[in-house]
Amino acid sequence: MSAELFSLFYQFADVFAFLILSAAGLAIVFGMMGVINMAHGEFIMCGAYVTVGLVNLGVPLAIAQILAALTAGLIGVLVEFLVVRRFYKRPLDSLLATWGLSLIVTQSMLLIVGSAVRGIGTPEGSFAIGGYTFSTYRLVLFGCAVAVLAGLYIIFMKTRFGVIARATMQNAAMAKALGARTGRIYAISFGIGTGLAGLCGALYAPTMTLIPTMGATFVVESFVTVVIGGANVLLGTAPAAVFLAMIRMALNASYGQIIGQIGMLVAVILIIRVLPEGLSSVLVRRGR
Amino acid sequence: MNSGRKLRMVLLGAMLGTAASMNLASAAEPPLKVGLLEDVSGDLAFMGMPKLHGSQLAVEEINKSGGILGRQIELIHLDPQGDNARYQEFGRRLLNRDKVDVLIGGITSASREALRPIVDRTTTPYFYTNQYEGGVCDASMISMGAVPEQQFSTLIPWMVEKFGKKVYVIAADYNFGQISAEWNRKIMKDLGGEVVGEEFIPLGVSQFAQTIQNIQKAKPDWLLTINVGAAQDSFFEQAAAANLNLPMGSSIKVMLGFEHKRFKPPALNNMHATANWFEEIDTPEATEFKKRWHAKFPDELYINDMGYNAYNALYMYKALVEKAKSIKLEDMRKVIATGDACIDAPEGKVCIDPKSQHTSHRMRLISVGPKHEVKVEKDYGTIQPYWLGEIGCDLTKKNDKDQYTPSHLPNKS
Repeated sequence: MSAELFSLFYQFADVFAFLILSAAGLAIVFGMMGVINMAHGEFIMCGAYVTVGLVNLGVPLAIAQILAALTAGLIGVLVEFLVVRRFYKRPLDSLLATWGLSLIVTQSMLLIVGSAVRGIGTPEGSFAIGGYTFSTYRLVLFGCAVAVLAGLYIIFMKTRFGVIARATMQNAAMAKALGARTGRIYAISFGIGTGLAGLCGALYAPTMTLIPTMGATFVVESFVTVVIGGANVLLGTAPAAVFLAMIRMALNASYGQIIGQIGMLVAVILIIRVLPEGLSSVLVRRGR
Repeated sequence: MNSGRKLRMVLLGAMLGTAASMNLASAAEPPLKVGLLEDVSGDLAFMGMPKLHGSQLAVEEINKSGGILGRQIELIHLDPQGDNARYQEFGRRLLNRDKVDVLIGGITSASREALRPIVDRTTTPYFYTNQYEGGVCDASMISMGAVPEQQFSTLIPWMVEKFGKKVYVIAADYNFGQISAEWNRKIMKDLGGEVVGEEFIPLGVSQFAQTIQNIQKAKPDWLLTINVGAAQDSFFEQAAAANLNLPMGSSIKVMLGFEHKRFKPPALNNMHATANWFEEIDTPEATEFKKRWHAKFPDELYINDMGYNAYNALYMYKALVEKAKSIKLEDMRKVIATGDACIDAPEGKVCIDPKSQHTSHRMRLISVGPKHEVKVEKDYGTIQPYWLGEIGCDLTKKNDKDQYTPSHLPNKS
């Protein structure tokens, strides 16, 4: 019995971690800043490739993962400066620009690095409960997802940067008039977003096949989570991930992966119909 | 300076001269156009790239040794990027606009079934070069890869005998996975075995924690893994990390997806497959072939069976055209009908079966060890693609243009 219960928790934690880690970066870039970043998956891919590259050079996995997230963040700042900055007032054009970027990046990776890269293997470690065996690393992923949420809460709610960033996203002109360097705030926020995408790729790199289009497997889930969550990163994304993870876990366990995926997307359609502003609109109103 | 310019003039003259003479030669005999549709970008690029390379190598070799019926071959490759709609669009373009003399290619069974109706409207021969779930009875199509009676009818009884009667299936959710699972059900039933679980997975899914637990709950003796694509291959890494540790069998792993080269050992430990080609074959013919391939493509990670079959397809086309002394499909099919459509491939002699237009293959059962070393467990010799003929497909008499499965057999007339 306890094995079954733990198994349920483990499956929930696994889906939850996947949703949070793939959506956290997008929650900032799309949820807060309003940039429809179609290249989100490519920042995830970047994190994964840098991790594998560094590990192959002999860097320990954890350090490689941190460096990979930082790399994706720095590239994000650069992309913001060169491309995204020009599209804040034209969100639909940002979709096209970042989509173009995504195509260029996947194709360039294919040409430069090749169609497949040898994996590095998941860190050893598994444990058994009842008749089941579990990979320890999947629980590490869950821990990382919780840490990412806590980190975001501290950055955006407890720091001076967070206050200014939220002010900038709500009313850039007013924030600027009050002396905030909005340009820099946007660049750093975008960089945090892409850095989190890179972290997602870095964390999942040991568990997956690396191909240039690997980001695509994360993109649907991440957009869905952010759209369901609504504009508030903290009050939206986390409950959205809990909600979707519950639905998907239950359906996966009883009816298999196909129904799990269909069920999750149906739930998304229903929520968008009932709550066009996402879950956070309700939660924030309640809070006030 | 002056002499330099002179030298340049001479060189230019020489180049123009050779170009002109080459033009003259080719004006008399226009090259044969070979249309090739293979994914070299998108999710299946890592498998499709060797298919393009195999075709390029064969074209180069054939052209160097005088072409087909004295005509050179011109390869026109388009990249459908794993998109079935693009397969159709590019297929139409090659057949109707470029007027290719032969069409080759397609990776997934979905792409092949998308192409086939378009090919059937023309009189152009079409070579499909993958192993697949079998059953296509279509006079326009020649299949170069292995089919279930060569792969599953060998592998599944062996797995049952060695590991036990309970199997769990994870399969990609499209025609290949569904029909392959049907084959497994049929063969397991004949053997008195039990399918304790079947899970169909949408393409693109990369997370398998739940699947791994479903497997542990069902307690199978072994797994049949017919999951497809890079995302679904993540199953192996995740199953190894969770210490699932079950014997596995497949019709597409190792020789086709070279997972043993792409994953860190021991993720593919205890995998088994039956194959007509895998790069570890070390007969003299195979070694010679591998040497030529790696000389031309030094960065190739693995020569997979699709790439190998794509290479053979061009030689088979050459053999058919030269025996028929014609590039017309009907004349080539007369050669096939004699049962004498054979080539000496790196695996050995392979022939096209007149009734089904599928290829005989020398099949070997291979296993993967903990360090991802590949071992031949059993050599079955040459196996004919007999199933379609047995159930009543006979292309020498009737063109069904249909795909049969164990549950969809031809109407008895």
